[in-house]
Amino acid sequence: MSNNLLVVRDLSMRFGGLLAVDQMALTVDERQIVSLIGPNGAGKTTVFNCISGFYRPTSGEVIFQGKAMHRLPDYKIARHGMVRTFQNIRLFREMTVLENLLIAQHMQAERNLLKGMFNTSGYRKKEDELADRAAYWLERVGLLEHANRESAYLSYGQQRRLEIARCMVTQPRLLMLDEPAAGLNPRETAELDELIVELKDQQGVAVLLIEHDMKLVMGISDQIVVVNQGAHLASGTPDEIRNNPDVIKAYLGEE
Amino acid sequence: MANIKSAFFSALLTLFLGVSVMGLQLESAGIKLGVQVADSHTFWYLGLAALLVFGVQLFRDKLPRLRSDPEKRFEWPEVFKGEQRQRMWMALVIILMLMFPFVSSRGWIDIATLVLIYVMLGLGLNIVVGLAGLLDLGYVGFYAVGAYSYALLHQYLGFSFWEALPLAGGMAALFGFLLGFPVLRLRGDYLAIVTLGFGEIIRLMLNNLTELTGGPNGIGGIPKPTFFGLELSRRVDEGWGTLHEFFGFSYSPVHKVIYLYLLAFLLVLLTLYVIRRFIRMPIGRSWEALREDDIACRSLGLSPTWVKLSAFTLGASFAGFAGSFFAARQGFISPNSFAFIESAIILAIVVLGGMGSQLGVILAAIAMILLPELAREFNEYRMLLFGLMMVVMMVWRPQGLLPMKRPQRRLDTTRLASASTGEASNVK
Ligand SMILES: Nc1ncnc2c1ncn2[C@@H]1O[C@H](COP(=O)(O)OP(=O)(O)OP(=O)(O)O)[C@@H](O)[C@H]1O
Ligand SMILES: [Mg+2]
Repeated sequence: MSNNLLVVRDLSMRFGGLLAVDQMALTVDERQIVSLIGPNGAGKTTVFNCISGFYRPTSGEVIFQGKAMHRLPDYKIARHGMVRTFQNIRLFREMTVLENLLIAQHMQAERNLLKGMFNTSGYRKKEDELADRAAYWLERVGLLEHANRESAYLSYGQQRRLEIARCMVTQPRLLMLDEPAAGLNPRETAELDELIVELKDQQGVAVLLIEHDMKLVMGISDQIVVVNQGAHLASGTPDEIRNNPDVIKAYLGEE
Repeated sequence: MANIKSAFFSALLTLFLGVSVMGLQLESAGIKLGVQVADSHTFWYLGLAALLVFGVQLFRDKLPRLRSDPEKRFEWPEVFKGEQRQRMWMALVIILMLMFPFVSSRGWIDIATLVLIYVMLGLGLNIVVGLAGLLDLGYVGFYAVGAYSYALLHQYLGFSFWEALPLAGGMAALFGFLLGFPVLRLRGDYLAIVTLGFGEIIRLMLNNLTELTGGPNGIGGIPKPTFFGLELSRRVDEGWGTLHEFFGFSYSPVHKVIYLYLLAFLLVLLTLYVIRRFIRMPIGRSWEALREDDIACRSLGLSPTWVKLSAFTLGASFAGFAGSFFAARQGFISPNSFAFIESAIILAIVVLGGMGSQLGVILAAIAMILLPELAREFNEYRMLLFGLMMVVMMVWRPQGLLPMKRPQRRLDTTRLASASTGEASNVK
């Protein structure tokens, strides 16, 4: 299976007495949108944290593009091309929208201190490239006119889109979105829906999505993975999931 | 009247502290120590002070609020706005600063030189505390490393100031790097405590490595910087000779002082330029990003380890430069010059200036060094004044004199159209 971008096997995460993630498994293929759904507290964010290296999983493996990620520190995992957003938005709030995107491109920047110190033409060209890429993505997410505003002053929906743009300027292979539609109004959600599909079709990134908005999830997902109490409950296409009796029970049982 | 109780206790506390500090004095009578009660005037003043505290505390709600509005941003008057105008002002200030020693007295030049040293220290620490947000209480350690580097390089290897200066900066940077490692995982209070310890360890080491550093006796006879090999003293036995002989003017000891001042000014200008560039470079952006949100930094592939280490290392190097200049100026250094209080003063300069702001640091350094010098008569109350200043500042402007206005990189909207269409055609 060569087109498996991300493979997660037997992933478990224990916090003291709580087994927050229990033997989870999931795969994401190239150019695929995979959604991770489940009731509140099911362990979705914890799975994200384990995959992206913010938590060291108690056991299990995370293979990205054929390479083991589960022993690497978080920032190295991000450099491999797997970047994430956060459920409770983490922007550099006192910095402008543009600067948020410049920082994200740190690894692509000209970091030679002497070149920067003397402001060489090579350095300026590199910085302009970063700004251009930032401008391009701001345009894509509809924030171009806000480029020079402090990101703290953006509306909630704009902040969410900025966070996605900030991931995209790093030119990732896999984009991991933790509840990107939370707090958005229906119009913004529809725009987000469109954006995610575009990212897949035009940029060729794969998307791993945590989302509670079932309309969004059912509409765009190629695969859905259902988690319940930390464990894998079911996976399949949206249609299969919709008709899966276990899933229905888990969701209705919660109410 | 909830205030009555607090007012009463505040007044009582004032009285208690006042009486114990000022009302009673230890005096040695022969070989014995006796307690001397101050004269009645002092007690009248103390009573008055207590009454004042009582009154202020009682009516604290009705007093006008001292605090400046934190939301209100400092705006430059119109004449300071615009890049060109700012450049002109800067040029004017530089010219004035260059002229200053020729129209001033020796004492003032000396004080100005001291201020400049602290400006350099403040700017360096500002990288660590103001930009990267790492509370470093041991910064004086790197100052000491710089000073001792020059002193020792001179003593054992005969290095001149100019040869030792880059090495002193490098040594301080190396110490910053090495000491940065163990504290990487710490943050906030823990970081502050450990760096405080490091500063003290460096001082104690200098104190106790008696063979190498001369211990508490310090190192003397450190030569002043030369002017392209020419010395600024009355006569020399070797080397290139003296400046006044070379250029054929009569010797004056003030020349040396002026030269040191100009040198310090040059170093400060250099520091300002370098840090100004840093702030606009990827490295400076990453420092500020780390201060704002280290988790977001990690999620974007920035290694917090390297960001912190770079801040520690580069910040320390400026202390190293300042230290070697300090050693050259004093001609004598001992571990006493590098006590914790120095770290506290430098940190106070950064906080007072408004974390991260370069101009703020300069103003604060002037205030912090100049005020005690002006108030020499009150020398015994120096620390008291220092404390008072801090309290007033924290009440009046907790954000500092000139809170940092970030030099924001702006998106040039004229380039935008071409940029976005250009990239779009690349994609697919
Ligand atoms: N750092 C932690 N320490 C201890 N327990 C944790 C930690 N992080 C998560 N948990 C627990 O793990 C469980 C799963 O939490 P998680 O945040 O992954 O759920 P979730 O599926 O993302 O829920 P939601 O839909 O509300 O975001 C919860 O019971 C939570 O309390
Ligand atoms: Mg969650």
